[in-house]
Order: sequence, then C-alpha cells, then structure tokens
Amino acid sequence: MKGALAIMVGAALILLLATLTLVVLPYLQMSAEQVPPDLKPYTQQQQRGRQLYIANGCVYCHSQQPRDPGLAPGDRDRGWGRPSVPGDYAYDQPHLLGTMRTGPDLFNVGARLPSIDWQLLHLYNPRTVYEDSIMPSYPFLFRHVDKAEAGDRVVYLQASFGPESGQIVATDDALALAEYLLALDHTYPAPTLPKADAPKE
Amino acid sequence: MTPTIAILLIITFVLSTVGLLLLIWSIANNQFSHGQKAARSIFSPGEEGHSEDPARPADPSFTGDNTAQAAAIDARWTADQSSRTAVLAWLSSSIFWLVLGSFFGLVASIKMHLPEFLVTSEFLTFGRVRPAHLNTVVYGWASMAGIGATLFLIPRLFKTSLAGGKYAVMGSVIWNIGLVLGLGAITLGLSDGQEWLEFPWQIDILFVIGGGLCAIPLLLTAANRQVEHLYVTSWYLMAALVWFPILFLIANMPFTFPGASGATVNWWFAHNVLGLWVTPIGIGIAYYMIPKILGKPIISYQLSLIGFWSLALFYSQVGIHHLIGGPIPTWLVTLSIVHSVMMSIPVITVAINHHGTMMGNFGRLKDSPTLRFVWIGALMYTVASLQGSMAALRSVNVITHFTHYTIAHAHLGMYAFLSFILFGAVYFIMPRLTNWEWPWRGLISLHFWLVSVGIVIYVVSLSIAGWKQGVALLDATVPFIDIVRMTMPALQARTIGGALMTLGHLVFAFHFVAMLMHRGIGNQQPTLFRSAIKETT
Repeated sequence: MKGALAIMVGAALILLLATLTLVVLPYLQMSAEQVPPDLKPYTQQQQRGRQLYIANGCVYCHSQQPRDPGLAPGDRDRGWGRPSVPGDYAYDQPHLLGTMRTGPDLFNVGARLPSIDWQLLHLYNPRTVYEDSIMPSYPFLFRHVDKAEAGDRVVYLQASFGPESGQIVATDDALALAEYLLALDHTYPAPTLPKADAPKE
Repeated sequence: MTPTIAILLIITFVLSTVGLLLLIWSIANNQFSHGQKAARSIFSPGEEGHSEDPARPADPSFTGDNTAQAAAIDARWTADQSSRTAVLAWLSSSIFWLVLGSFFGLVASIKMHLPEFLVTSEFLTFGRVRPAHLNTVVYGWASMAGIGATLFLIPRLFKTSLAGGKYAVMGSVIWNIGLVLGLGAITLGLSDGQEWLEFPWQIDILFVIGGGLCAIPLLLTAANRQVEHLYVTSWYLMAALVWFPILFLIANMPFTFPGASGATVNWWFAHNVLGLWVTPIGIGIAYYMIPKILGKPIISYQLSLIGFWSLALFYSQVGIHHLIGGPIPTWLVTLSIVHSVMMSIPVITVAINHHGTMMGNFGRLKDSPTLRFVWIGALMYTVASLQGSMAALRSVNVITHFTHYTIAHAHLGMYAFLSFILFGAVYFIMPRLTNWEWPWRGLISLHFWLVSVGIVIYVVSLSIAGWKQGVALLDATVPFIDIVRMTMPALQARTIGGALMTLGHLVFAFHFVAMLMHRGIGNQQPTLFRSAIKETT
C-alpha cells in the first residue's frame, strides 16, 4: 500500500503545484487589474442576451479576443479592434473568449455593425445578408404574425426570404440578444495595455 | 513585472526540487533497480513468451506447465470474474454514449455546410448539438470506457480480486444519471457556457460522487494487493483517478473565477482532461496490452518511470497554450508553451517503449484485433503529441489558433489515439469477462476499416483546410466570406469521414450486444482477422 499511496500523493502534489501556477497566481494577478473607466456593466436586458448567446452556443464559432497586431496583424486589420486586456472582461461571468473563428471575432461587433435592424435581420437568416454564410438561422427567436401590433419590432425582409403572408417580428429574446451584441463595443482606450498600444509601425 | 518574474523563478525552483525529490524517492525505493523484473510482473509464472490475446486465441491460451503455474492462471481468471459486473456496467454504458455522441457529431458536422439543416428547433441548433457531442463522447464514451478498462486492469495488476465492486456499479448509475441530466440541460439551453465545462455545476456534483465511488474499490483492491512491485500501468491509472476529481472540482466551482482568469481556469482544466485523465488511461492500457499480447516485456522499464513523472510535471501546465495572444499575462502563456515543448520528453520515452517493444513483431498486427487497435492508437499518441507541441509554438499557433486545424488535432488525440486504444481494450476484455468468443471476426475488420478510413478523411481534410484558413485569416485583404467558402469542401469531407466513423460504431455496438447475448459460437474457436492456419510464435 505504501508505494501506491506514494504515487497518488506525489501525483496530487504535482497537480496542486500546477494549480498554484496556472490558477491561483493568474487569478491574483488579474483580479488586481484595473477596470477600464469607460467599460459599462451590462444592463439587465444585455445580460439576458448574454445568456442567450451562451444557451445557443455562439461561442463555438465566434471569439471575443482580438490579438496583438504584433503577433497577428489580421485581427486589427479586419477591424476587430485593439488587443483586449483582462480589465475588459471585468463584468464577464463566465468568460466567452472562444477558440474558434468559423465566424468573425465579435469583441467590437457593436461598434462595427451598430444597427439593431441589421442584427435582427442577420439573426433571422444570415443568408439575407451574406449569401454564402454558414451561420444557422434562428427562426425560433422570431414570431410570425399576421399583422404587427404597436410596439412590435418588425424584421424587414426581402420578399424571397420573407413569409408568404404576414410579418416576422422579433421576440424579447431576439431583442435581448441583439442588444447584447450591440453592447460588445470595446473601442475605448485600454489604460493597462502594455506596449502593444504604442504605434508599432 | 519584477514580482511576477520573481514568483515565477521561485515556482520553477520549487517544481524542479519536487521533481528531483521524486526521482530520488524512486531510486531510494528501488523503483529503478527492479528494472526488467518489474516489467515482467504482468506475466504469471511461466507465461512470458506466450501471448495472451483473448480476441485472437489462435494458439490455445497458456494454461501453465505445472500445478503452480496453472494455479496462477486460475487466480487470474478469478480476478477477471471479480470485476465482471462493474466493468460491464461501465463499458456497456460507454458504448451507448459512443453511438449517441457520434450522431450528435454527425448532425453538427452536417449543419456546418448545410446551415438550414434542422434549423427550426432551438433544441437542435448547432450551438447546442456541438457541446452535446463533446460532452457525450468525452464524459460518456471516453471516460466511462476508460474507467471500465481501469476496473478490469486493477485486479489483474494487483493479482487479487476486485474488492468493493458494488461501489463502482453504483458509481456508473450515478454517472449515467449525470450525463442524462447534463445533456438535457445543454439541449434546453442551460449550459454553464465554458467549453468542456458546459454541464451546470449542480449536475457536476453527480460526476464527482460517481467517480469518487470508483476510488473505493481502487483503494480496497490496492490494500489487498498480492504483488511486490506496481507495474507502470497501475501508476498511470491510479494517478488519473486522483487527478480527475481534483480538476473537475476546482474547475467547476461556481462564481469563483470571473472574466479573463476564468479563461485560464477553463483551459487549464480542458487540457488537463486530456493530459491528466484520458492520456494516462490510454497510455496505461497500451503499456499493458502491447507486452501482454506479444508475450514479451516492455523494453525499458526505467524509461517508463521517467515518462510517467515527466508527464505529470509537464502536462499539468500546458493548458494556457489555448490562449496565446489572449488577454492574459505573457509569462503565463510562455510557461505553458515551455511545458508544451517539454512534453516531447514523456512522449518520446513512451514512444521508445511502445514502438520499441513492437519491433520485430509487426506481423502480429495482421491477425490480432486488440494489438492492431492499441498499437495504432499508441502511434497516434506519438503523432498527436508532437503535433501538439509544435502547435503551441507562437509562430505556428498564430496560424492554427481559431481554425479547423485545432479540431482535427483534437480528433487525432481523442479518437485516433484514445478511442482506438479503448476499442482494442474492449476487444481484449470482453471475451475474458463473458467467457465467450467475439461472434463474427468480419465485423471486427469492418469496424476497423470504417473508423480508420473515416478518421483519416476527417483529420487530413480539416488539417489542410484549417491551415489555409489560418493563413488567410492573418491577411485582411482576403474577405472573411471567401475564407468560409474556401473551407466548404473540407467541411463536407468531414461529414463523410464522420459518417464512416458512425457506421463503424454501429457495427461495434451491434457486435458488443451480440457478445453480451452470447450469439455466435462458444469459447473454443479462435476469432481472428484471418483464418488461423499456422501459428509462428
């Protein structure tokens, strides 16, 4: 039993050390980071939209972390924004950094595509905007009504994408998700950005 | 930055000291001098030189040349039977989840190139099917099959009966309930939102309990063990069973790690699930199956111990290479890159042992199903790991990060390495547990070729497309939608590869069920890929 126990204790100790370096230390360092003064907390509606972003797995195709142009210039040149800093994520729980770019980075999509009508149209059916988009449609976030009532947000579709009769209106969920996307605007300067912000050219 | 660097130096120092102490401990306890004697501890007296290959008993199994040897073989039979219920509970569940997970994967793959496929239901939207696939195959198939194989190997390695098997059976029930609830939660849109950690934390408690219940038979059996030396497989298996609960518990603590530090915990966990959970199980199984089937010990026992401790030291710190270029401290990324490259040490030591032991015996691949699956799995471990070390380098990662290349790499590891070894293990274990032959050898071949061709199509097409995608992403003059168009053929090829793999799993599951129902012929006629006309060993 002695040998078996020694192996298990040794294995656990090594993992605890790794936990110290990869979990505890970064946590201590990053929680001490300054929160950018221009970063606004999410409103209740935006937070609800964020939950929909999680529930429908947007993170599996969209990242929220432009890289340093010194490393990957494409991120800046595509207009995805300055490199993100830990403080930018102060109100993000859980994080949605993402590891896949089947679709573009969304860290500044609110600044890049600030029209809520565009966002709703694109969510209803991405192919109304980009013919070859492979993003799924989200018809379940919209309602098909005969006639929109006062206060309904109508999605204006080209005839070929619209229903044969009646109108498509956004549900509260669709509006919340669109509001969250519009809130993704981190174009303010990052006070803590090291070197990278200085002109590189 | 100075305090950070100082802390880093201290940690590095502590780490190396611990490594050194472990080494000294190993030497002081004669872990090294036992050497090849320990490597032989998996054979019963007189068995060395005789192949044990239940899926291929062409030559009659070794039954001992004298009463003492025969008694040892009998004792092993008793040990095998002692774990029967527990192992069958975990393995049968795992195969159910494998089939279900394959269909999730296939649907997700089709949706990638036919975005209007099954689009009206929110429960089947891509963003829910994809995490359902990952969680089903990781926690349902790989983890459950891995635990099943572990429960089978532990009594064999300790040369005693499995004690407390009923706890493991209870564990499998709780684990299955956790999977049903967790997948239900993802489908209903109640995901926790982080990759590999989608199950809501309340449900995660079930996995901690279910896994913890498996630790009881492990400890009880270890306490009863009848062997002087612990064979290297048991090192890996014991460590894996210690690591996983710790990892899973820390990473799932709710409301603890906000924002960017949440991302470091997320990827520290996700890569450790691979490195400290499924990898040790896979390597451990290969360390047992290869020498057992060949009837000869691994070539260097010393190397295997170095491989074990270096895996523990290095693999536990590689996770942050998933965040290269991300909003986290540079020292942290560098630390993970360094460890990723250092991983080549355990990988090469394991490769020398696995492939070196195979030297001169490659002919056996022709007719042994277990050896074929396990050795190809071991080979793919070498390939996937070296590829992973490369992809952690900044210059390579800047291209491969955020692309399909990473998806291909993940499948090379989880499938071509791990799942192949698990397939091989199931082919070895089942005849021993059920005292029955695999009914149709043609089905084993069919399974092998379907999944092999499938994974080759999968990995090759996505690796190439992913690389091109990564290069194009760096060049902002290429419009994004053009990159999407460019990857289309690979996404379609992936569906073909995935469909072949799914078909293979259906064949495998059918054969498994037929085995449980005692179809086909009984336990006298060998099951081989080819007819056993001559036996040359």
